[in-house]
Amino acid sequence: MADAPISLWHEFKKGLWQDIPPFRLVLGTCPTLAVTNSVENGIAMGLATLFVLLCSNVIISAVRKQIAGQVRIAAYVVIIALVVTVADMFLAAMFPPISKALGPYVPLIVVNCIILGRAEAFAQKNPVLPSVFDALGIGIGFVMSLATMGVIRELLGFGSIFNFKILSEAIFEPWIVMILPAGAFMVFGGLVALVNFISHRRSSGIIS
Amino acid sequence: MKLILIFISAALINNFVLTYFLGICPFLGVSNKSENALNMGLATTFVMTLTAAVTWPVYHYILVRYNVPFLQYVAFIILIAALVQFVEMYIRKSSPALYRALGIYLPLITTNCAVLGLALFMVLRDYNYIESIIFGFATGVGFTFAIFMMSGIREELEFADIPRHFQGISITLIIAGMMALAFMGFAGLIRG
Repeated sequence: MADAPISLWHEFKKGLWQDIPPFRLVLGTCPTLAVTNSVENGIAMGLATLFVLLCSNVIISAVRKQIAGQVRIAAYVVIIALVVTVADMFLAAMFPPISKALGPYVPLIVVNCIILGRAEAFAQKNPVLPSVFDALGIGIGFVMSLATMGVIRELLGFGSIFNFKILSEAIFEPWIVMILPAGAFMVFGGLVALVNFISHRRSSGIIS
Repeated sequence: MKLILIFISAALINNFVLTYFLGICPFLGVSNKSENALNMGLATTFVMTLTAAVTWPVYHYILVRYNVPFLQYVAFIILIAALVQFVEMYIRKSSPALYRALGIYLPLITTNCAVLGLALFMVLRDYNYIESIIFGFATGVGFTFAIFMMSGIREELEFADIPRHFQGISITLIIAGMMALAFMGFAGLIRG
């Protein structure tokens, strides 16, 4: 038990770079592409996903011994759908504009592969506490990824960040394509390549 | 006329994969071979049409009637999972050849967000029953279209000299971006 804190830290840390969801695992790509046309939407979506992931990981790891193996996927999906319903109603009640901007992508967290993936790969085999750290790590990694996409797309597409004009229109012509679906795919593709590039550099010892 | 508009709009202009980013996982995962891509597309089209046909009555005659529309996410996902399971069992019995071709793709359709997205959009846009079925079928056609074209491009890519860090998912996403640009050309088909 002496190394318990270290392994909890490890569970947390792996989501931030080693297994960062959209870029490394290529899971949860739909929200990554769909709601990152502004930083605000991206972060809101990331936080909603983090909340759902945390709740579903906790619940699933708590009841993991009660669920029969054959029906586990169906049981997980129902648990996740319930948590998502809660998150959706909370967003609609507390932050109506954000809920409107995210639209059907909030309910679509149900089929976000990250959540089912973590349930299957981690929560069903581990106790509650490591599952909490696993969910926090992966969830925060997801928030960071969406925020990065949002910063790039909003800055280049509108010349602003958090709706705050940074590049004035006199010197900068906004790239409309960045707001469009095409820009999302291209920014995502570019970032995947960048992550590959950095981790390749790291593993060959050029930077640490 | 409205039905034709719904069909064209869902299949081409508002293609689920390229404008709503739904169904990206199979779009990236199963698009490396044309044959597999086509089978996946057909299986998805089939499930989507059935999903539209089943979720519409459930939503309007059960959830709305008993005033529990907030249960729609749970209800839809269970319906889709059950539907996929039944389709799988039926195909296994009725046509083993088709089952071998589609086999591994069928369970994957449950977690295809395009199927759940379809049910949600259907409710959001207030389609009637016939419109919903057309919408479901058209969305499937659009998905098949996108994934099949992508697989064609990716087969050619195997002979291309791609910078190492862009290989795999990265180049696929950038191509998807270009396809999305090309699909924007369809936007002129419908005015208003």
